[in-house]
Amino acid sequence: MSQQEGYADDVVKGFIASSILWGAVAVLVGVLISFQLVFPQLNLPPYLTYGRLRPIHTNAGIFGFGIGSFMAFFFYIVQRLTKTRLWSPGLAKFQLWLFNVVIVLAAVTLAMGFTRSKEYAELEWPVALLVVILWVIFSANVIMTIIKRKEEQMYISLWYIMATLVGVAVLYLVNNAGIPVSLFKSYSAYAGANDANVQWWYGHNAVAMVLTTPPLAIFYYYLPKATGVPIYSHRMGIIAFWSLIFMYLWTGAHHLLWTPVPDWVQTLAMAFSVMLIAPSWGAVFNGYFSMNGQWHQMRENYLVKFLVFGITFYGLQTLQGPSQAVRTFSAFIHYTDWVPGHVHMGTMGWVSLTLFAAIYYTIPRLYGREIYSIGLANLHFWLAVIGQLIFSISMWVAGVQQATMLHATNSDGSLHYSFMETFIELYPYWHIRAVGGVIYLISVLVFVYNIVKTITSGEPAQSAVKA
Amino acid sequence: MLERKPVIFLLLATVVILIGTIVTMIAPFKWINDPKLKIAEVKPYTPLQLEGRDIYIREGCNNCHTQTVRPLLADVDRYGDYSKAGEFVYDQPFLWGSRRTGPDLARIGGKYPDSWHYKHMADPQSMIPKSNMPKYAFLQKPLDTSLTEKKMKALNFPYVQADIAAVQGKSELDAIVAYMQKLGNDIPWRKAAQAAVIGDLKNPYLEDKTVIPEGKVIYDKDCAQCHGKDLMGDIGPGLADLDKPDADVFKTIYTGIIAGGMPAFGDQLGKDRVWKVVTFIKSTQRK
Repeated sequence: MSQQEGYADDVVKGFIASSILWGAVAVLVGVLISFQLVFPQLNLPPYLTYGRLRPIHTNAGIFGFGIGSFMAFFFYIVQRLTKTRLWSPGLAKFQLWLFNVVIVLAAVTLAMGFTRSKEYAELEWPVALLVVILWVIFSANVIMTIIKRKEEQMYISLWYIMATLVGVAVLYLVNNAGIPVSLFKSYSAYAGANDANVQWWYGHNAVAMVLTTPPLAIFYYYLPKATGVPIYSHRMGIIAFWSLIFMYLWTGAHHLLWTPVPDWVQTLAMAFSVMLIAPSWGAVFNGYFSMNGQWHQMRENYLVKFLVFGITFYGLQTLQGPSQAVRTFSAFIHYTDWVPGHVHMGTMGWVSLTLFAAIYYTIPRLYGREIYSIGLANLHFWLAVIGQLIFSISMWVAGVQQATMLHATNSDGSLHYSFMETFIELYPYWHIRAVGGVIYLISVLVFVYNIVKTITSGEPAQSAVKA
Repeated sequence: MLERKPVIFLLLATVVILIGTIVTMIAPFKWINDPKLKIAEVKPYTPLQLEGRDIYIREGCNNCHTQTVRPLLADVDRYGDYSKAGEFVYDQPFLWGSRRTGPDLARIGGKYPDSWHYKHMADPQSMIPKSNMPKYAFLQKPLDTSLTEKKMKALNFPYVQADIAAVQGKSELDAIVAYMQKLGNDIPWRKAAQAAVIGDLKNPYLEDKTVIPEGKVIYDKDCAQCHGKDLMGDIGPGLADLDKPDADVFKTIYTGIIAGGMPAFGDQLGKDRVWKVVTFIKSTQRK
């Protein structure tokens, strides 16, 4: 059962296990830094300060949990959609080792202060170089498998997978261009406003090519698997796909509104951000319409619950995002806690819930065992949703309150509040956010326990559990 | 059709991705590097400032501090003149940041004297009690200068051997303070923005003792970190029994003393609150 139809699935197991580990680390570090904001004495210089830990949190989340599980599910999905064994299982095995080595190196070097400071591109050049090698062998394996496929038609998930492979490659290579000074130090190849514009072209399209297209590939594969009915419209999926990958690349400068980057670049970014609502909601509607006649499964099938909440948070995320990309609203909430609130709805809501569903579906099939406890899976679901909502909502309220105070003026035009007067108002919200994080961490621990118990002592699979 | 041809699909997807990339990422280089945006006063970093900047990067200061002042009232009044593209031409990488957990630092240079920074970096809460900034006292250690010259060469910054020699024996704290003091300070914006106080300066609260408590609240918040809780002075001079006309004290607070590291509080506090602080400070002498 573990080698279904001759597919190379051992490496899928390895990537799932690794990604869960790094996901738990990301959440744990996230909780730690959320407490550091409230209790600065929790900063333990030099290695464990907020400034050094925050990139470890984001890199563990994006690269460790995100990319790790995408590698797992791309391998899993591609083999099944092409009805073809992985092109090179040996290469994939090497990739699994290299992946874990890179993540460990990333965590260690970042803690030691070897950083290039550009968000989600912090890793110093030797580690970044290993990331490139990782991506090349990963892409080669996936693309060669697709080329040698036995199923002629390529399902929509494969489109998103291939776009991810080229998209990430282009982004990563351009933004990481640098001038090395030593093994542990390099400078960006670009300067000032140029560097900013390149960085946020990269940064926002990391959201596109890492936090959007891969989870969509996974969503489009697992929703029909979980519900047992096909996706509503393949054509809508295709239209949404091309418009999504076309429009996303124009929007990076919405992170740079009101900065010295040329106005026309900002305006284009603003316009395309609003236009992105259409393809984003194309995917959301495709998900919802696929549920026609199947909504009762929300009650009966925990996998569907994860996926439908996931795509719902994606829908909310892609409405809130464009609103923030508008100059007037950006002037108000940019640089406040509103933005971390927004980001975490996407990561803890959309991406994570989708990945949890994929892991719950796949693990029993890889190991030939039933899931250990559906009750615990439901507990995991509710704790994750509640933890995330506490996090995001408290940050939105904090952001709006601070923004209001920062912009308040007296009748003579002077500012009503000093920076510190606005700052101290944030502490209560930061306490609440930390509580939300702890709840989310507990949900992850419940999830890990359930998965471990499934692998070690789940009931042997019934006939229903098949690929 | 495309659903059956993966190689053509991959090429087409790459082209689609590159369109937006070329327009919004590659083309802007031409606009940003427009010679008209060059600012002659903006100078490259000295070896010490560059080392300080690298410590700023190493410690991840950019995770909590931004370095761009937007052309918005709330930003300009709070931090100073809005940022211009020409001010960042030597910044590899840029350090604009994305979240202001702490205040923006694009214009921190010259706002306070060095001694303010040394004290604040070592123990932020001693000066700003409710701050959540980590203590950076550990930066009080010798600066590693083994790469300094290589760094200057890599970035094509001009230097003479004396500049490199001057870095020897400095601490990491010295370097980061030197960097702070350069930030946003190359252009004479502070002078240009200095509000001219015109008209007859007469304290409206001269006979009004009821505003003294309010003045003290503002003093504790904005002045005490340098002039001492009891007005006995610390980083700034002592103000107890200050024997200066109210109008002069007002002017100093309102417009600052650029050379002396006294920030201008006019934009932030407004005239009324500045007079209340004046009334509080002078009350110690008048009683």
